[in-house]
Amino acid sequence: MTRYPRWALVPTGVALALLGIPLVGLLLRANWAELPGLLVSDRAVDALRLSLVTCTISTLLVLALGVPTALVLARTDGRWGSVARTLVTIPMVLPPVVAGLALLTTLGRRGLIGGPLSAIGIEIGFTTVAVIVAQTFVSLPFLVISLEGALRASGSDFEAAAGYLGASPSRVFWRVTLPMAAPALASGTALSFARALGEFGATLTFAGSLQGTTRTLPLEIYLLRESDSDLALALAVVLLAVAALVVGVATHLRAWGSHA
Amino acid sequence: MKRLAILAATILLVGCGTATSQGDQSSATPSATVSPSATQATLGESIVFAAASLNKVFPEITGDADINYSFDGSSGLVDQLKGGAPADVFASADQMNMDKAVEAGLIDGEPQMFATNYLVIAVPAGNPANVTGLDTSLDGTKLVVCAAEVPCGAATARITEANGVTLSPVSEESNVTDVLGKVTSGEADAGIVYATDATSAGDKVETFEIPGAKEDPNTYWIALVKDAPDKAAGQAFIDLILSAEGQAKLAGYGFGAPQ
Amino acid sequence: MPDAVRIDARVEARDVELDLTLGEGELVAIVGPNGSGKSTCIELIAGALRPDSGTVALGGTVVAGAQTFVPAHRRRIGYLEQRPLLFPHLTVVGNVAFGPRSRGASARDAARRAEAELEAVGLAGFGPRRVRELSGGQAQRVAIARALAIDPEIVLLDEPFAALDAAATPELRRLLRDRLRRITTVMVTHDPLDVLALADGVACLSEGRVALQSGVDRVFQNPGTRFLADFVGLNLLHGRVVDDAVELPGGALVTGMAESPLLTDQARAVFPPAAVSLYRAAPHGSPRNELSATVVGVEDRGLVQRVSLEVGSQRIHADVTPSALRDLHLGEGEAVVAVVKATQVALHPVA
Repeated sequence: MTRYPRWALVPTGVALALLGIPLVGLLLRANWAELPGLLVSDRAVDALRLSLVTCTISTLLVLALGVPTALVLARTDGRWGSVARTLVTIPMVLPPVVAGLALLTTLGRRGLIGGPLSAIGIEIGFTTVAVIVAQTFVSLPFLVISLEGALRASGSDFEAAAGYLGASPSRVFWRVTLPMAAPALASGTALSFARALGEFGATLTFAGSLQGTTRTLPLEIYLLRESDSDLALALAVVLLAVAALVVGVATHLRAWGSHA
Repeated sequence: MKRLAILAATILLVGCGTATSQGDQSSATPSATVSPSATQATLGESIVFAAASLNKVFPEITGDADINYSFDGSSGLVDQLKGGAPADVFASADQMNMDKAVEAGLIDGEPQMFATNYLVIAVPAGNPANVTGLDTSLDGTKLVVCAAEVPCGAATARITEANGVTLSPVSEESNVTDVLGKVTSGEADAGIVYATDATSAGDKVETFEIPGAKEDPNTYWIALVKDAPDKAAGQAFIDLILSAEGQAKLAGYGFGAPQ
Repeated sequence: MPDAVRIDARVEARDVELDLTLGEGELVAIVGPNGSGKSTCIELIAGALRPDSGTVALGGTVVAGAQTFVPAHRRRIGYLEQRPLLFPHLTVVGNVAFGPRSRGASARDAARRAEAELEAVGLAGFGPRRVRELSGGQAQRVAIARALAIDPEIVLLDEPFAALDAAATPELRRLLRDRLRRITTVMVTHDPLDVLALADGVACLSEGRVALQSGVDRVFQNPGTRFLADFVGLNLLHGRVVDDAVELPGGALVTGMAESPLLTDQARAVFPPAAVSLYRAAPHGSPRNELSATVVGVEDRGLVQRVSLEVGSQRIHADVTPSALRDLHLGEGEAVVAVVKATQVALHPVA
C-alpha cells in the first residue's frame, strides 16, 4: 500500500535528478587517476586542514551559543520572541557576500566593534579567527532553527516533570532537554558543520585569502578554477565527500536516536 | 507581421552600417562619415560580452543605445561563448582569454587591442600606514594583492620581480575588485590594483605608480564573434569603441591608450 | 500541627481567588466545571504559578508569598498527570531513580530506592526495560513509583486515570489507595468513582472560588449545586461493613459487588438513580435490596421524574417514568419501598 499519490513520483524524480546529476557530473569530470597525487599537494593539504580545523572550532562555538539560544527561543512567545527568531533566521537567507560586508562593517578595522578593538591592538581581519567568525555567523542559524523546532514540538511537559522530581533548571537542561533533543541536535550540528565547510562569500569578503591562514577549501577551489581545474575538481570531490560523510553520520545518529 | 517589419528595418540599417564603415578593419580609426544617430540605431541590436572592468565605461560610450551587455570575468565569458551563448562582440580584459577564444574558433577576424591598463599601489585615503611606493615601506603593512593564479596576480608577480621586491601579503584575492574593496574599506593598508580600479574608487584611495608598470601593461582586446547573430551591429560597436570619442572616454576612466 | 496545605491566594489574570485548607494526610478531590480554577489550584501548590497576592503554605512553611517563592524543584511535590511523562531516553529504573538522584542521593542509593518503589507498584524486575516497551497502565504505575520515590510532602493527582483504558483503572485506583495512605493529596478529577475510591473530602470550585468543601458522603447525598448533582450522578449510602455487605444505621442490609475487598470498618454502597424502583409495598421473592424510604420531593427532569427519598437520615434519588409516578400516586411525606438489584450496587471501603 502506498501512502502517496502515484503522480508524486514524477516531481520527486525530477527533483532527485536536479540535485543528483550535477554531483554525478562533478564526479565524472574529476581526474581519478591523479586524484591521490593532487590531494597530497601542499595547497590541497593546507586548505583541507584549515577547513577541518576552522569548521570544528566554529561548530563547537555554534553549539555553545546555539543550544541555549534555541532553548530560550523555544520557550519564549510574544513579540520579543518573534523579533529574536527573525534575527536568528536572517543570516540564513542573506547572500553570503552581504554577510561578509556586514561582518566587515562590524568587526573590520574601521567597524563598530573592530575599531575600538583595533585601538587596543586586536585586529581580526586577515586572520584565521576571521574565518571562524564568518563560519559561525552563517552556520549558527541552522542549528538554532532546527533545534528550536524540535524543542518546541516536544514541549516543556517533560521538563516540568523533571522539575517536580527535584531537578534544578540546569540539571533539567543537561539530563532531560538535551538528551531528548539528541536527534535534532545531531542533525542541526551536521547541518551547521556542512554550512561552515561550504562557507565562501563571507570569508572571502571579511577574512581574505591566504594559503594556510584564511584560504579554506571553497576559496582554494574558487581560485584554482582559473588555473588548475584538475586540482579544483579534485578538491571539490573532497569537499563533497566530507559533506556527505557529515550528513550521513548525522542521519545515522538521528535514526539511532529515534529507535533508542 | 510586426516581426517581419522589424526584420526588414534591421536589414536596411545593417546595409547602411556596412556600407559606411567599409574599409580597413584593422584600422583604429572608424569612418568619420558615420553620424551618431545612424551608429546608435545600428548598435541597437548588438549583444556585447565584455570584461567586468568595462561595466562603467562601455555604457557611457554607447550612451542611449539599447545594447545587451553581459559583464563578467573574461574567462567566464569565454566559457559561456564555448557553451553557445549568442553574442556579437567579445571584449577581453587580457590577451590570454582572447587567445583562448581565438583557439576555440569563436572569433571572426583579428582581435584588436583597444585599451591598456597598468598596476598601481592603492592605499586608503590618508595613507594610514605611510606607504611610499613599491619599496620597504610595505614591510609589516597589511598588503593585499591578487593571487598568482589570476591575471592581475600574474602581472603583480612580474612587476615585483622586475623591481627586485619580495612581497608578503596578508591576503591573495581571486580578483582585483576584492583587493580594491579591502583597501577602500580600510581593512588593508595597501593593495596592488589596476589604475582604472583606483580611478573608479575616487577619493577613497590614493595611488602610487609602480616603476615599469606602464611599460608592461595589461592589454584589452575586442573582436567580432564568429556566430554573431548580427555582425554589422557588432562591427559598428567595435568601431565606436575604437573611435576618438570612445578612446577619450576610456582614458577618462584611467585606461591607457593601446600600444 | 500545621495544615498540610494552606492556600489563600489570588491570580488576577485568571480571576481566581482560592481559600483552601488540607489537613495532614488528607486526600481532597477538587471538582468543578472547566475553567473553574482546578488547574490553577494545582499549579499554585506545585510551584508552576506564582500568586499575585496572598500566600501558599505547605506544612506550615510559606512557599509563595509577597517576598518568597520556592520554585517547583525545591518543593517536595509528587506530581502525576494523565500522561505518565516518563523520560524516553532513560530505562524504567533510571526514571524512578531520577528524583532521588536530583535530590542528592548516591547512584547506588537511588537505584536501590527505585527498585523498592517498582516492587511496591508490582513492577519488580521491570527496571532495565525501555520505557517504550511498557503498556499504558504499566507506564502510569512507573510514574507513580517515580513520583513517590522522592518521599513527597504533597501528592498532586491531575486526572491520573483519564488516559487509561477502563480495564486498567480499578487496579491503579487500588494501588494509589494503598500507596497514598497518610500522604496529603490533592486530586483533580472528573470521575465520581475516583472520589469514592480515594477521597476523604471534596472541594468544589466554581468561577475561581471554592464553592464548597465537605466530606464525600455529604456531597453525594446532598450535592447542593447542580454541577455537583450532575457530577456525582450516583446514590451513596454509608454504613458498617457486615459480612461483605453494608449495614445502614437503621439496620437494613445492602449487598452489592466490591471493587476491592471490604477490609475496613466502614463502607459505602453506590448505585445510579435509574437502578432504583419504587413500590407501595415490598415485593417478595427476589435477591434484591429493599429499603424503606420517605418521599421528600419530586423534580421534573423531562423524560424522567427524579424522586428524592430519605432512607433513615441518608438521601438517595430514584429516576422513574412519569406514568409510573402517576400509578403510584406519590406525594411528599409518603412511605415507599425502594428496591435496588444487588448487581447494580458497588461497594467501596472507606479508608
